[in-house]
Amino acid sequence: MRRIVLSWILCIVLSIQVVNGWLTANNARSPLLSILVVSTCCVSRLHGYLTYLALRMPLKGTRPPPGSPWPMPKEWNPTSDLVTFDPDNFRFSSNLMNCDIVIQAIERYTPILFGYKGVKKAAGLSPLTELKMTISSNKCDQYPRMAMDESYELSVGDTAELTANQVWGMLRGLETFSQLIFYQDGQIFMNKTRIIDGPRFSYRGLHTDTARHYIPLPILKKNLDAMSYNKFNVFHWHIVDDQSFPFVSKTFPELSKKGAYTNKHVYKPEDVADIIEYARVRGIRVIPEFDTPGHTHSWGKAFPELLTPCYANGVPGTPIWGKYAAYENFDVTKEFVYEFLGKFFAEVKEVFHDEYIHMGMDEAYYRCWQSNPDITAFMQERRIEGNYSKLEQYYAERTLGIISDLGRKYVIWQDPVENGAKVRDDTVVMVWKGGNTAHEDHWNSYMEKIAPRGYNTILASCWYLNYIKYPPDWEALYTCDPQDFNGSQAEKDRVLGGETCMWSEYVDGTNILPRYWPRASSVAERLWSPKIVKNTTDAMYRIDQQRCRMVRRGIPAEPILDGYCGDYDWGFGDVDTPEVDKPPTCTGGFRLEGRITLLVLPLLIVFVL
Amino acid sequence: MTMSSFVGIILLLIAVEIPGSFQHDRGHSKFRGPQVSQTAGTPWPMPLSYHTQATFTYVDAGEFKFTDVDESSSCSILEEAYNRYFPLIFGRRPETLFFKSSFKAPTDAMTELMVKLEKPCKDTDYPMLESDESYTLDVNGNQAMLSASEIWGVLRGLETFSQIVYQSNDGGFVVNNTQIVDKPRFNHRGMLLDTSRHFISVPILMTNLDALAQNKFNVFHWHIVDDQSFPFESSTFPNLSEQGAYDPETHVYTQTDIKNIIEYARMRGIRVVPEFDSPGHTSSWGYGQPDLLTKCYTGSQPNGQFGPVNPVPNSTYVFLKSFFTEIAQLFPDHYMHLGGDEVSFACWQSNPEITSFMKKMGYTSYSQIEEYYMQNLLNIVGGLGKGYQIWQEVIDNGAKVRADTVVEVWKAGWEAEMEKVTKLGYKTLLSTCWYLNYISYGSDWMAYYGCEPFNFNGTDAQKQLIQGGETCMWGEYVDGTNVISRLWPRASAVGERLWSAKEINSAFLAQSRLTEHRCRMVRRGFQAEPITGPGFCREEFGGV
Repeated sequence: MRRIVLSWILCIVLSIQVVNGWLTANNARSPLLSILVVSTCCVSRLHGYLTYLALRMPLKGTRPPPGSPWPMPKEWNPTSDLVTFDPDNFRFSSNLMNCDIVIQAIERYTPILFGYKGVKKAAGLSPLTELKMTISSNKCDQYPRMAMDESYELSVGDTAELTANQVWGMLRGLETFSQLIFYQDGQIFMNKTRIIDGPRFSYRGLHTDTARHYIPLPILKKNLDAMSYNKFNVFHWHIVDDQSFPFVSKTFPELSKKGAYTNKHVYKPEDVADIIEYARVRGIRVIPEFDTPGHTHSWGKAFPELLTPCYANGVPGTPIWGKYAAYENFDVTKEFVYEFLGKFFAEVKEVFHDEYIHMGMDEAYYRCWQSNPDITAFMQERRIEGNYSKLEQYYAERTLGIISDLGRKYVIWQDPVENGAKVRDDTVVMVWKGGNTAHEDHWNSYMEKIAPRGYNTILASCWYLNYIKYPPDWEALYTCDPQDFNGSQAEKDRVLGGETCMWSEYVDGTNILPRYWPRASSVAERLWSPKIVKNTTDAMYRIDQQRCRMVRRGIPAEPILDGYCGDYDWGFGDVDTPEVDKPPTCTGGFRLEGRITLLVLPLLIVFVL
Repeated sequence: MTMSSFVGIILLLIAVEIPGSFQHDRGHSKFRGPQVSQTAGTPWPMPLSYHTQATFTYVDAGEFKFTDVDESSSCSILEEAYNRYFPLIFGRRPETLFFKSSFKAPTDAMTELMVKLEKPCKDTDYPMLESDESYTLDVNGNQAMLSASEIWGVLRGLETFSQIVYQSNDGGFVVNNTQIVDKPRFNHRGMLLDTSRHFISVPILMTNLDALAQNKFNVFHWHIVDDQSFPFESSTFPNLSEQGAYDPETHVYTQTDIKNIIEYARMRGIRVVPEFDSPGHTSSWGYGQPDLLTKCYTGSQPNGQFGPVNPVPNSTYVFLKSFFTEIAQLFPDHYMHLGGDEVSFACWQSNPEITSFMKKMGYTSYSQIEEYYMQNLLNIVGGLGKGYQIWQEVIDNGAKVRADTVVEVWKAGWEAEMEKVTKLGYKTLLSTCWYLNYISYGSDWMAYYGCEPFNFNGTDAQKQLIQGGETCMWGEYVDGTNVISRLWPRASAVGERLWSAKEINSAFLAQSRLTEHRCRMVRRGFQAEPITGPGFCREEFGGV
């Protein structure tokens, strides 16, 4: 009895949310309409999730109906009419059925839609039997690009249709479609809906540092899954740094042989290819970063001649503790460095397919260069004595030239530009300072300094997920808008997007996924959805729904509110069996029947041991 | 610890490269390679007396066994421990080990650990606050002997033995000549887990019990219910979870689940102390037990809101007696935690029944009525023959409690509170400095490590009353997805503070050992997160 009453109460609550969700997306609806929706919905007996404690202890904000998408589409028009699906009688069709991206997407999304134990079509509703996917370009693109078209339109009515200009839009639309589905008492539902969608920014990046801690391949892949569930489209792979060099180069195998933590903590060419392919079919670009001329200590293990000998008391290779180590930064005056980089990046070009390479160039502190008499002499010769930003500029010009000659484009961190170096006009500058207390200035002051100089920019400052504090901190991530700085419209238009970063001093395979998710989802909506979608009290419940959706799909996304997800909560059913050779597996979806599991489990564990 | 081992650790630290410059713009230190080197085969927490030499012996994984000196003193607790520790020492799945072991142990390799248990153990033994966990461990050449008075000491010693055996680069398992005499500094080394704000599944609780045992914790303080949900399935009052759990079918602990948890913990020498917090933090009780909670009023009318347990009617105490009788039978530990924290008076103030009762009793403050409630509850539980653990507010409000009461100090300003509570003569626990739900960037374990429970003004007799402490994980922002990685190895820092001698207190000296310990936990399958900066484990979670 209680359940029925509850479901009716929920029905009313949820119906209000339908309209509210609508309001958020479309910004205008009449109250009359909401009454209409409430009444029709309750007639159709829509059940809701009892997910929140907040039903008993009300929190502010409006709760979305089940099957609310994240990030919020540009236009989302759900109706109160429901449809259902029959898992045994449903097919995806497309005009590009021979395209590998389409084929693999169907293979991925079929279990996401219907893979949960025992779900079946809802009684009393006629099932939709097909999602018709039309890609109007009629072209099976191979690699996602900066300029790809990710827009799509989706309509779910008596038929379901997804149309997109390119396969990339089809992927985004399919993700949205998969989020509209919800399950009640094992039955499958979807509200009839019309969606017109496309991203606000073309660059929506997520950065992983695999040098301070090695991140195992299965974890990187899980993370790519989660990225696709949040419509991120760039994996910025900060693959090497001072601490280790896990990238295996065929041209210079000594780099990882000597620079990796161990001979197993490496990414071999086939591993990198595996990651790129995994990302590609999800519409995610892989941009590698080989950070130079600073952050290169691990390169020096195999090629010490790349690094600048720092001087003390006239002796090269002598550290002054607190100032510099024995060797730091590439010695940018040496021709050897450029010959080396020419060969190295020729290989990088072959291994990575994206049109962009991230060239780093951050934190190249001058003190070691300043101590080195050969560098001083070199600068005197070029009449730039004492002006180290000109030395940085010289290095940038040479290395970006190498990349340009290879036919690739480049992203760099803000530092050289901030220091006054002039870099090539087509350089994309990533702004990373000013997001935390370590910098005096707020990020927008850096943006205001860099944007007028005509570069395309990407903002990362406010989205450093490695910094943690007592939750909730997702709101601060959510409300940072990359165009909120003083500048002309043209300058704002040159903001290509943003990126969330995870520097890995304190993360590895054990904790990186719950540290990313769902905090990175905040950033995902900021970068995808229209600027006006910024109400945190409304977003709170929708992002929680997204976190439960991720948990259901096998991503250990941590909680941001009290409450629970469902019988697929993490640690239900099969234990996340602690085995070092196994990534955290999806524990969601299934609950082993009855208590017997829990009863025999300790015995089982003892037995296995 | 001997000079020789001190010197060893210091040498290891020197091996760490000293930073060239400190640039913290990106939060990066400019250490190169691993920030902290790892020890090999050192124990965590540090034993009371630990002498180790550079000479080592191979341990033959193929032949190795545990041998009872006197088989008649053994019991199932010990036999199961042997089964557990074999794979913990040699790897559950050898193929996942960094060094593939095609290694053939030499003929003089160690093949057994002799285990001498003085007081025979029984299959039915439960660990207690007063249990003796001391042991000695002597490894000399290929001979190894572990002796303890009680089974609980053997369990601790087995853990230590499993930690000092390590894999060398040739793939062989080795152990250094070592003499250990060990016992805990504190009897009560606990961890609180809150399963109300978020439900934590039984398998994850069990995983955590394994981790607790490997850090020599001995109390699982199970904060099982709270405002948010009531996952405890009572046989006497099934409505409590039927109405109060997040989901009465999936998000509950059945009686069988609880028995399994207690048994799993017992096998590892861990007590399970359940907490049923009242009179505050009880919203979730109200759904299944109407009229238990105080009705809040706006003006002269109830407003539909509920406050703490209603301390006035007799029915409250009839219910409590019946409920805690069940708890006393289900949980074998002598102690149960009765909560008593954070009672808000606002609702009581609004309620005319409470007001008239206070008049009748001549009470002038609401803490008096709180005391009235707690006193009744304490009498009920005391009458069941149980001891209790309570939060500090109960004492602050002046309730009279049993002499064997354990008072848990959790608020800021713990130094003054510890002084006060011990002056009153109560056994005391500290938890203030070990709230692991609070997170911050970087190596926050050092602050946990540095918190010294004796740092308050008091006589030696007062300090003798300190039973230990508890590290707490309140559940607002953790569930199965992140609870293990958030707990470990940060809780390990607390583990050493509570087990090891007071003088073992340098985080700088501890960090290499802690780094090894965390990698050991990762090798054993726990999601123990990195907390000492950049570096690596030979075996990584997710594989290498």
